[in-house]
This record gives sequence, structure tokens and C-alpha cells, in this order.
Amino acid sequence: MLQAAAFYIFSAIAVFSALMVVFAKNPVRAVLFLILAFFSAAGLFILLGAEFLAMILVIVYVGAVAVLFLFVVMMLDIDFAELKAGFAENAIVGGAVASVLALVLVLSGFIWVDANSAQANLAAPTPEGVSNVAALGALIYDRYVLFFQLAGLVLLVAMIGAIVLTLRHRDGVKRQDMHKQVNRKREDSVEIVDVEPGEGIG
Amino acid sequence: MTASMLLADLTLMTPELMLAVGALALLLVGVYWKSELGGARIVMRLTIGLLVLAAGAAIWLAQGDGGDTFNGAFNVDAFSLYAKTAVFFAAAVALLLAFKFLEAEKLAKFEYPVLIALASLGMAIMVSADDLITLYMGLELQSLSLYILAAFNRDSLRSSEAGLKYFVLGALSSGLLLYGASLIYGFSGTTDFDGIAIAAAEAGNNVGLLFGLVFLVSGLAFKISAAPFHMWTPDVYEGAPTPVAAFFATAPKLAAMALLARVLTEPFGAMVDQWQQVIIVLAILSMAVGSFGALMQTNIKRLMGYSSIGNVGYALVGLSSGTAIGVWAVLLYFTLYIIGVAGAFAVILSMRKAEGMVERIDDLAGLSKTRPALAWAMTALMFSIGGMPFLVGFFGKFFVFYAAASAGLVWLVVVAVLFSTVSIAYYLRVVKVIWFDEPTGEFLPAPAGVAFVSRATGLATVLLLPFMIALITLVVNAGGGLGG
Repeated sequence: MLQAAAFYIFSAIAVFSALMVVFAKNPVRAVLFLILAFFSAAGLFILLGAEFLAMILVIVYVGAVAVLFLFVVMMLDIDFAELKAGFAENAIVGGAVASVLALVLVLSGFIWVDANSAQANLAAPTPEGVSNVAALGALIYDRYVLFFQLAGLVLLVAMIGAIVLTLRHRDGVKRQDMHKQVNRKREDSVEIVDVEPGEGIG
Repeated sequence: MTASMLLADLTLMTPELMLAVGALALLLVGVYWKSELGGARIVMRLTIGLLVLAAGAAIWLAQGDGGDTFNGAFNVDAFSLYAKTAVFFAAAVALLLAFKFLEAEKLAKFEYPVLIALASLGMAIMVSADDLITLYMGLELQSLSLYILAAFNRDSLRSSEAGLKYFVLGALSSGLLLYGASLIYGFSGTTDFDGIAIAAAEAGNNVGLLFGLVFLVSGLAFKISAAPFHMWTPDVYEGAPTPVAAFFATAPKLAAMALLARVLTEPFGAMVDQWQQVIIVLAILSMAVGSFGALMQTNIKRLMGYSSIGNVGYALVGLSSGTAIGVWAVLLYFTLYIIGVAGAFAVILSMRKAEGMVERIDDLAGLSKTRPALAWAMTALMFSIGGMPFLVGFFGKFFVFYAAASAGLVWLVVVAVLFSTVSIAYYLRVVKVIWFDEPTGEFLPAPAGVAFVSRATGLATVLLLPFMIALITLVVNAGGGLGG
């Protein structure tokens, strides 16, 4: 009962916020609604018993991707009213593509057959009494540890590449150097001058 | 996985561990070294040492039995160890060639050798792949490093274009490959090569597996630059810094070819009738593009690009036999090809005039009068790559053709010989320019490393002849385990 109620609440929020992503006038609001959609989808995943996916969705999509979107939207000066100006002319083509996609969804809904044997054929069946986070961890850090480490190396190469190809050392840019600041002595910067009366320091 | 099992697995991965840990350590050395140029120099020297050490470790492992590690994801056998040794030595030679060039072009950064080491690590993983995921991981580690190296001269428009072109097309090919891998996984129920082999053997006429295989082969064909997936090759060879092109033409080619050979013969050995036609088509197209495309080239780096497409075609002729002879013939072919290409690029890197590097074929004019030793070396190398008799390259071509003929593909051998005759024309053109044209200017003395490589490989095309029997025994031992 409680589950059903939670499902309907999460679904309603997900559908509403997904619509608002498209219809919101302000792009920043659209991204914020996207984040809300991600959160309600994460709630739906938890209802399905997929805690790991829910966590990944929140950490990766909300934490990284959506925040990145937000930065981009705020930094770029995009006039969404102008982008939407051609809506009427393209409505027919867009509507045709959308209806084909909708038709595919509906048709696949009709011919969907739930394979009873699918669970039995899993290469790595979910062990009993263990949450799927623990089960995944046991697989990734034990059986597939080689792949995990290799993925780390691939990411390292990507990082080296980003630095090699884009980092430039510009001359004449003043940088803060804590070490230099702390090590600075009084004698380095303060000079005590005994000024003779009437002569000035020139 | 218990500690003792892990230790046994890691022992078999000694060369890879050395490269991975070494690359991380060298990265730190480069970052914390006081001067940028000094750091680049020291990391360059240390990386050459690291690669030679890793090759030594691979030779040491070859004395043992090898085996599967990490639940059959990583296969250490004679075949992979031979390919690894060749890859590591080729990478070390590529670094030797890059040494002074990068300093002269103001590209000396410590990341260059580190990326070469990481690319070699990716290739070592590729040739040992015994699982679709290992295959993809190794391939991606290698490709990603190569994309960066292609664009290494980031202030040059052509280098950036080469890097971008290579990256976009490489990403497309990775997509094809992954799509194929997912189909194979879907129709065999496993990513493990042994499991796929069982599925391929019992399915008989499994269309899904075949579709997956075709996509997988297309993805790999991009990496070995076989036609019709060759479009990036000439542009990338021309645009990338010359030592990078020298690296592209040697180690990654051998690694991707070895990977293709393993994929075709190990998991899909039972489906040889189906994939044979695919490989034959790739071979004929590559030979045609390689032979006719190179005829009109004026830039010697582009010429080498087309030449590599053609040579991949000849190697595929051998592989299309689907037999063990085909596998070891491909290994032999690429070993000899790497010697020739490394030398040819050493000669190209010697083409420095007072105003900078030159790379037109006409710039070689009259080399026989100005620099006779270099002229002799280039002549021998061109003939060896072309597969002329009495030079080592001939044996490479002879045995891939022999493999195809012994599998009953005599017509394919005839076609290949015809294309080979066409391709001799452009190698001869380079030789003609060297010996019979009037000199237009003299090259500056080449750096010691480059001069050493061009001399050594030039001599090797002749001096290796007495050792051909030993070399063939070596590759037969390495490749004999694969193929039907």
C-alpha cells in the first residue's frame, strides 16, 4: 500500500518535472527540473530494489552532469525564446518523428514477453540475502578487478591528455604561493631609513 | 580470489605491472623535476630503459608455461609474449627516433614518453586479451594514448587536425566494435573467449554471432587501417609529428593484427568458413588502395601511410587462410615490416635542412651523392618493405602467400602478387629519386639515435638473412598454438 503510494507520487513528480524541463521558459529552471526528475527516478529505482542504480543516478547525474549543465547554462548567454522561434514551422516534422517514436513504444509494449527463464540465465545471479551494492562490490573488486584497474588507467590517460593538450603556462600572471608568503621575512620587505631632518628620502 | 592465486596471476603479468607502475612513477618524476627540458630528457631515457626491461620480463616469462590469469580474462601464452616483446622493442625504437626531434621542434615534454609507455601497456593487454572486456580495455587504453600523441604538436593546425580526425573516426570504430561485442555477448551468453568458442562451435550457422563478428572485425579493421576503413591513415601520418607517425606504423599495427588473429582463430575458429570471405574482401581492398593510392603521392609520410595500408592487405592474405601457418606468417611478416618501417622513418627523420624538416619525396634527390650511407640504407629498406628477393622482407611476403596457397586460395595469391608488382613501382620511384636525380641541397647531420636506427635497420635487411631459420622457428613456436 505504502509502496504503491510512493510509486504514484514519484511517478507523478517525474512526469511533471520532465514536462517542465521542456516547457520551462528559463533555462536555469529547466535544469533544476531535470535534477528533480533525476531524484524521482532514483526513488523509483529504490522501489525496484536497485539501490546501486539509485545512488549512481544521484551521485553521477545530479552531482556531476546536472551541475555541469547548470554551469554551462549560466555561463553561456543562450536566448531560449529565439531558439524556440521556429517551433510552428517545424511542428509537423517534429510531430511526425515523435508519433513514430510513440508508436514504437506502444507496439513494443504489446509484444513484450516476459521471459521466465531470464533470471536463471544470468551469468552472475544476485546472491540471496545480500544487497545489490554488496553483490556488485564483490564482483567488481574480486572477479573483475583487472577490468576495474584498467578502467582507472584509461581515465588516467584521458587526464594526461587533457593537461598536455590544453594547459598553457602564461608569463606575467601573478599566482598565489602560500609557501612564499609564509616564508617572507620582515627584513625582505620593510626597510628602516633614518631620514635626516629637512632632506626627505629622495 | 586468495592471496596466493593473486600472486600467481600477477607474476604472469610482470611486463604489464612494470609498465603501469613505471609509467606512474615516471609521471611523478616528470612533474617534480626542476626544469621542463631536463625532466623530459630524463623521463625519455628512463622510459626506453623501462620498455627494454619489460621486453626482458616478457622473454623471461616465455621460458615458463604461461597460463590464464584473472579467471580467464588474460591469456599469457607464447603468442602473446612474442607480440609483447616485439611491441616493447618497437616502442623503444620509436622513442629513440623521437629523442632529438622533439627538442628541435620545441615539443620536448615528459608526457610524450609516458604516453608511449601507456600505449605499449594497452597493446600488451590487447595481445593477451582472452575476454571481450579485456579486448576493449586494452584497445581503448592504446587508442586514447595514440589520439593524444597524434595531436601532440598542439600549436600546429595539421597535427591538431590529425588528432581530431583520428579521435572521431576512432570513436566511431570503437562504437562499431562495442556493438559487435554486445551482439556476441547476447548470442553466446558470455564475454569469455573460451565460452564464445563453445557457442560458435555448437551453433553451426548462428546469424547473430556472425553479425557480431562482422562488427567486431570492422572495428579492428579501423585500428589496422585496412580498406575500406583506412581513410584516416594518410592524413594522420602526414599531420602527426614524424616520430609519432613512426610509432603508429610499427607497434600498434602489430598489436592490432595479433589481436585480430587471436579473435579470428580462438573464439571464432569454428566459423572460419564465414569470416574467411570478410577477411579476403578486406585484403583485396587494402592491397588495391595501398598500391594505387601511393602512386601519385609527393609527400613521403603520406606514401608510408598508403604503403602501410597495402602491407596490412598482404598480411590479411595470410590471415585469411585461417590456419596456424597463417598466424605465424602474419607474425613473421609484421616483425620484418616493423624493421623496414622503423628504418624508413629514421631516414625521413634525417631529412632536415637548414630551414627545417622537409618531407617531400623530391627532397631526397641525389641523396646517393650527398649522403651515400643513408642512400644505401633507404634503398635496402624500400626494397625490403616492397618484398624484393634477397632481402628479409621477401620472406615475410613469401610465407603469407604460402599460407594462403596452402589453404587453397591460389587465386588470392595471384591477385596479391599482381598488386605487389604495382606497389614495387612507388618504392622504385623513391630509389630512382635517390640515385638518379640531381641533388637540390644537403641534409644536416642526423642525431645519433636516428642515424643508428637507419644504419642498423638498413644492415638488418641483409644481415638477418642467415638467421631467418631461427626467426621462423621462433614465430612458428609463438603462433603455432593458434589456428586450425
